Amino acid sequence: MVKNFSIISLFALCLFFGCSTETGKLPVMGNKDVIDGKNVYHQISDFKFIDQDSNIVTNETFKDKIYVVDVFFTSCPTICPKVKKQMLRVYDKYQNDDRVSLISHSIDTRRDSVPRLKDYANKLEIDSKKWHLVTGDKEKIYDMADEYFLVALEDPSAEGGYDHSGTIILVDQNRLVRAHANGLIPEEVDRFMKDMDRLLLDNSVEE
Amino acid sequence: MNFLYRFLFFSFLAIAILLITSCDYQPYKQGKNLYNFYCATCHMDDGTGLKGLYPPLAGADYLANNQSNLACIIRYGLSDTISVNQKTYNQAMPGVKDLNEVQITNVINYINHAWGNKLQHVKVDDIQKSLVDCQY
Repeated sequence: MVKNFSIISLFALCLFFGCSTETGKLPVMGNKDVIDGKNVYHQISDFKFIDQDSNIVTNETFKDKIYVVDVFFTSCPTICPKVKKQMLRVYDKYQNDDRVSLISHSIDTRRDSVPRLKDYANKLEIDSKKWHLVTGDKEKIYDMADEYFLVALEDPSAEGGYDHSGTIILVDQNRLVRAHANGLIPEEVDRFMKDMDRLLLDNSVEE
Repeated sequence: MNFLYRFLFFSFLAIAILLITSCDYQPYKQGKNLYNFYCATCHMDDGTGLKGLYPPLAGADYLANNQSNLACIIRYGLSDTISVNQKTYNQAMPGVKDLNEVQITNVINYINHAWGNKLQHVKVDDIQKSLVDCQY
């Protein structure tokens, strides 16, 4: 009887801890401040860039949308193509879902002109209304990367001249960063897309 | 007793078969490692490439039709516009100067037999000869 009981309790324990909390709210990345008793989260500030179609891209472009961000450059000989392959999976899955958008920041302001971004977009066979490849003021681009918690820096010793992370991040309708994934690992991106589905259902924040 | 021996014999046989079939037999180990390090960033681990940017190697007619140029392309890169499975590609490929003839041979043998490709097996001698033609 004692043995039976211990087996049952072990089973119950497994059930309890085995349950994932995937239905809960997504966390908010970054430092949290408390001002006047209210939580204040890290929020993406105003930005203005130019995309492959010479269109101006601002926060308004992503109004009421969730969007996925990465950094890259077109002549990147290292991790960018693999990250782009994963971004393409996200693009394909949400291609007809207007609530979702993608933005890739080029960190190579010397070489990545608008025509060059256009050429890259054409070869990736993507719709510029859905997926913006953007460039702009160099300092702003690097500030932006900081806000997204993405590493991006000029490094003459790195292959291609730039060092950057292969992380992709998810921003919600209120400019809060809600999820991230290593863009080189397909399984992480699977989980990331589940996070996207969760965010589309519920973008509220844990109080 | 007889039953026990027979039982043991068949158990061992079953385990042996399981072990043999479960081992992932990969005859082009170095080629695979080098490919994953130097080539897969663009051509991808599964040889599918990336849309119109980087051509596939898996099931690619260009690979089958340009076997004699492969060593040169790997070492010195390619900046021509090429057609792969009826699709045009013009993104320049950088050469990989770090690989010696044996390593290039191993890479070619790996891609010639990976992802369903069933192309020829190349020898170091042939690779050395074909590299003479493209020395700059």
